[in-house]
Amino acid sequence: MSKKSFRQAINEALRQEMQRDPRVVLIGEDIAGGQGGTAGIVDAWGGVLGVTKGLYTEFGAERVFDTPISEASYIGAAVGAAATGLRPVAELMFVDFVGSCLDQIMNQAAKFRYMFGGKARTPLVIRAMYGAGFNAAAQHSQALYPLFTHIPGLKVVVPSSPYEAKGLLIEAIRDDDPVIFLENKVMYDDEEDVPDEPYSIPFGEANLTREGDDVTIVAFGRMVNFANEAADRLEKDGISCTVIDPRTTSPLDTATILECVEDTGRLVIVDESSPRCNMATDVAALVAEEAFDALKAPIRRVGPPHTPVPFATVLEKLYLPDAARIESAVRSVMAYKKTKQDA
Amino acid sequence: MTDLITPITMPKFGLAMTEGKIAGWNIAPGAHVDAGQEIADIETTKITNGYESPAAGTLRRQIAEEGETLPVGALLGILAEPAVSDAEIDAFIAKFQADFSSDSTTATQAEHADPFMVNVGDLTLRVQEAGKGTDTPLLFIHGFGGDLSNWMLNQTTLSATRRTIAFDLPGHGGSSKNVGDGKPATFAATTAALLDKLDISKAHVVGHSLGGAIALELAKAFPQKVASLSLIAPAGLGRDINMAFIDGFITADRRKTLEPVLNYLVHDKTLISRKMIEDIIRFKRLDGAVQACKILPMPASQMASKQMT
Repeated sequence: MSKKSFRQAINEALRQEMQRDPRVVLIGEDIAGGQGGTAGIVDAWGGVLGVTKGLYTEFGAERVFDTPISEASYIGAAVGAAATGLRPVAELMFVDFVGSCLDQIMNQAAKFRYMFGGKARTPLVIRAMYGAGFNAAAQHSQALYPLFTHIPGLKVVVPSSPYEAKGLLIEAIRDDDPVIFLENKVMYDDEEDVPDEPYSIPFGEANLTREGDDVTIVAFGRMVNFANEAADRLEKDGISCTVIDPRTTSPLDTATILECVEDTGRLVIVDESSPRCNMATDVAALVAEEAFDALKAPIRRVGPPHTPVPFATVLEKLYLPDAARIESAVRSVMAYKKTKQDA
Repeated sequence: MTDLITPITMPKFGLAMTEGKIAGWNIAPGAHVDAGQEIADIETTKITNGYESPAAGTLRRQIAEEGETLPVGALLGILAEPAVSDAEIDAFIAKFQADFSSDSTTATQAEHADPFMVNVGDLTLRVQEAGKGTDTPLLFIHGFGGDLSNWMLNQTTLSATRRTIAFDLPGHGGSSKNVGDGKPATFAATTAALLDKLDISKAHVVGHSLGGAIALELAKAFPQKVASLSLIAPAGLGRDINMAFIDGFITADRRKTLEPVLNYLVHDKTLISRKMIEDIIRFKRLDGAVQACKILPMPASQMASKQMT
């Protein structure tokens, strides 16, 4: 056990799974460092933010494929490789680039098992960076996990810390279905204790990072950290919160969410993605349908406005949810009183 | 008259505890207390516990305020009989504080050695040592599903005059996941090899549950290495093994299913913290951990049924 960054945790998961299973291969743009150089120079990049650094040197060009800028072709190649027996981990770099290769994911990889009567397996992982706060502008900052969650046949992972990232990525590589694994680009330097040994965290099992009596906060990815921060501040004022990190948006651990809302009677959902048809609306609908009687106050969603992610630093900061906004949402549901007529 | 003065100091509830907060005093200055009476609540990052008075006497001084966070060993208050004068108490406090600030840092460092890894044959074992001194060393062997941290409180208390060793059995905690045939005799051989590796020729052995069975096998195969045996609910001597616990521990893979299983282990169930459950689940997620757990109970339960017949 030692302190590892989010970046190191992912690198270690890839390395250990490549050591364990020769069918695990990597494919993507700049994951070694560009075409045509010798080994030492090729490994100079290790991905646009250095996540795959060192893997080309250890496993060679047979297992680490550096590709041209051609999402449609290399994601398609990865889907085909998975269908024919390899276990590829493709890196899409920015998740925003899915616009160039959605057919390969949505109409091919996600459909194979169903359309071949359960006889086809597609053990594919697509890793990609998501999220605002990196000053990377509207085409490189989106949080597109609801888009993938919407497609049956895909599993979608949004890890919230280095420990979570390593265990969930190993699980993703061992899973026989296509998995979209989304890494918040602002979190790569976050550090925590991560075991040196391989371990896996099952999908569809939420993690409770705080347990309280008054309000349930469901948060995704990086927002879990903000929710924890808000919960710790509120605790000092005597408001105790449960914070749920669902870990995967598909499958979604609906049972844990419902149980916690039944305990607390109040729900705040924190979602970094665009607010229409996102995870917050999905969870709100679930609770409104299944736990209506438990609610003591309206459900509150904390998220960005329905706009592209702004480039200007000041506007980008305004765009993203933060601990202060979560805190005020929690206070507002705590302050809510049913009128006589309602009661 | 200093022998009539008892300092009340910040207790150490666990190996990891370095400081504690006075959550509240249960007695007022001037009140008489009995030995063992809970005089204050101490809060740590893990638990809040009542602090039992080490002696009888009158609480003459209350030095730590409610809400104050102080290091382990810091002076919280003074118990003394009414015959002791205020001047004597003042002198005692002055001397205590002077001594405490000079040696507190070294004392805590010595006790907080991190666990380390020891290679025994083709296995790697995680070992935690505490204490030194001339008394015969003491070895702790935990039970099925446990790890070295099970002895956290015992190890602190028992290492005042001797070297004490707790370790993770193969298949448990941070040790290698290879448990071989899983028989207590096999673990006993590994334990003997660990003692050799640590240059310990003879030790008092404390074993709990499966660790009790291993301790028995160790005494049988290597009597020269065992100074004494202390067995806590040892497997192999009792009639029954609680298979509901064993099966539950193996199959539980989340907090909600593991918590009722852990309830079998303790009297005060409120002491099972979310952190403790999460730590156990984290160990179980490691590659090979659950497979190792499945091999272990078979030989142990066979031992128990052999005793019955």
